[in-house]
Amino acid sequence: MAEPIIEVQDLYKSYGAVEAVRGVSFHVNEGEVFGLLGPNGAGKTSTVEILEGMRTPDRGTARVCGLDPERSGSAFKQTIGAVLQSTALPDKLKVKEALDLFASFYKDRASTDGLLKRFQLEEKREAFYKDLSGGQKQRLALAMALVNNPKVVFLDEPTAGLDPQVRREIYDIIEELRREKKTVLLTTHYIEEAERLCDRVAIIDHGKIIKTGTPRELKQSSAGTTRIEVRLARPATEAALRGLDGVSDFRTMGENYVLYAARAPQAIVSLVKHLEADNNELQSLEMYSPSLEDVFIELTGRRLRE
Amino acid sequence: MASNLVTNTWSLTKIRIRLAMRNKMFLFFSLLMPMVFLFLFVMVWGKGSPMKINFILGGIITLTVMGGFWGLSVQLVTFREQGILRRFRLTPLGAGPMLASSILANFILIVPFVFFELFIGKYILHMAVWGNLPAIFFLVMIGSAAFSAFGLVVASVTNTMQETQIINQLIWMVFLFLSGATIPLASFPDWIKRITLFSPATYLAVGLQSAATNQVVAFEILTEAAALVLGLLVAFEISRRIFRWEPEAKMPRSAKVWVLAALIPFVAFGAWENYSGRMLNRVNTMMSFIDRPVPGAVKPEMDQ
Repeated sequence: MAEPIIEVQDLYKSYGAVEAVRGVSFHVNEGEVFGLLGPNGAGKTSTVEILEGMRTPDRGTARVCGLDPERSGSAFKQTIGAVLQSTALPDKLKVKEALDLFASFYKDRASTDGLLKRFQLEEKREAFYKDLSGGQKQRLALAMALVNNPKVVFLDEPTAGLDPQVRREIYDIIEELRREKKTVLLTTHYIEEAERLCDRVAIIDHGKIIKTGTPRELKQSSAGTTRIEVRLARPATEAALRGLDGVSDFRTMGENYVLYAARAPQAIVSLVKHLEADNNELQSLEMYSPSLEDVFIELTGRRLRE
Repeated sequence: MASNLVTNTWSLTKIRIRLAMRNKMFLFFSLLMPMVFLFLFVMVWGKGSPMKINFILGGIITLTVMGGFWGLSVQLVTFREQGILRRFRLTPLGAGPMLASSILANFILIVPFVFFELFIGKYILHMAVWGNLPAIFFLVMIGSAAFSAFGLVVASVTNTMQETQIINQLIWMVFLFLSGATIPLASFPDWIKRITLFSPATYLAVGLQSAATNQVVAFEILTEAAALVLGLLVAFEISRRIFRWEPEAKMPRSAKVWVLAALIPFVAFGAWENYSGRMLNRVNTMMSFIDRPVPGAVKPEMDQ
């Protein structure tokens, strides 16, 4: 079996008293799109920035293409491309100039005209950076990450803060990278992004990886198959709800009760019967197919964006 | 490796020149402001001898050259605060080419401005002579590099734009008023003159005024040139070593003494000049020469 192209072993990183990364280990195979899924402050950016050579870990090892990101200097940087959580360029730098400038730093250079075309920036080639929309700036950031035909691409929250249409455009670009067999390490707190784009996902919270697998494997590992979120007129006891027919797990989430059910219809019928007997009322009921959000809730007791 | 450094430096230099030319503030401070000072100083002090125009022009070229100190420190801090440097950090570009490109771009940008100032001096203000042009451009070259490097040291030790502006103001005041660039050194009391010998700006101003008034041949400004070159090398190396790409990477207060470290060569040269009296002699001789009513007269013997 081929060596992993990214290897992370027992990584730690603290900022003063805050432990951002606490013993993170994972590997990424060549040609794989690997996702770090977790809420803000989970340690995703710190982990990626260590892999990009931007931060020094307190402990642990990180290898990208067999190189130590911190110590391999220029040789390492020739092999990677990256989109930072927020990219900034001088206001009066033109789009084409930015691509040509960044391409000039590398030995292996992609055609910047080709990148303009691919990222639909041809019409904006003479536009100043300050005059681009958020989506155009992010497309330019992605194009800049590919000017050196990198072996590994790091994308740190590439769609954060973008509107849904632009987000879908970015998804298309990442799917294209997958078809090209580029190795991509993606951080995100969007469930749909991880589910749609990633071959494998590591769920990270409080600086620790709590589960890794393909999206399908992770969803199959979820305790229930269907998540039923209900809001009741009056509080109900945990014991009563947990004991309902068809309910395999139960959680309280704010004012809502979350029931995990292998047989959803049976669980709903028994819930309604219980509420009638208890003189309680159902205010709302929503059903969800199993998702990575369920896995996250199951593992942490919180939603991803809480 | 070396060719990469050169290529990267040159790529970034070209972009920096373009960005500067699109910046109205840069054009205002580099072109318009020195012109305003030139005409103002000529109106106030330029009467009597056309050679005074040369002397004033020497000071104005000094201001133009020293402008890189302000411009580059502010630009570097802005780039760091906005996260622009972070993006460059992901590339194979190192701190050396990043800093060297700003120095090189600044030099390339100010050369046409210096030509323009000389042109105005000669054809609009009727300067007596062109001055020693090779010596002027030699000093412009090393002076612009040295003062750019001083600006980069300030940018490297300060954490915020506010802090940069405060430190710049303090240093700029010394450069402006205690160098001879704006107020002739000869008009100061002796003890102030002696203090000014510790300022890098004095070496540039006296060198350029001497060259502009045709008071020196190239080898006679070697001391000034040596002081500026040494200052450039020390300042560049300090700024390269303490360069920070990240906005959140703060420099401890104690690190601000690096600014003083950059001035070490001038402490040594200042002590030597105070001991030898060479530069003060030149200043006094130059003033007596430019006060003569007939321009372009025979160069007087230096007082020994």
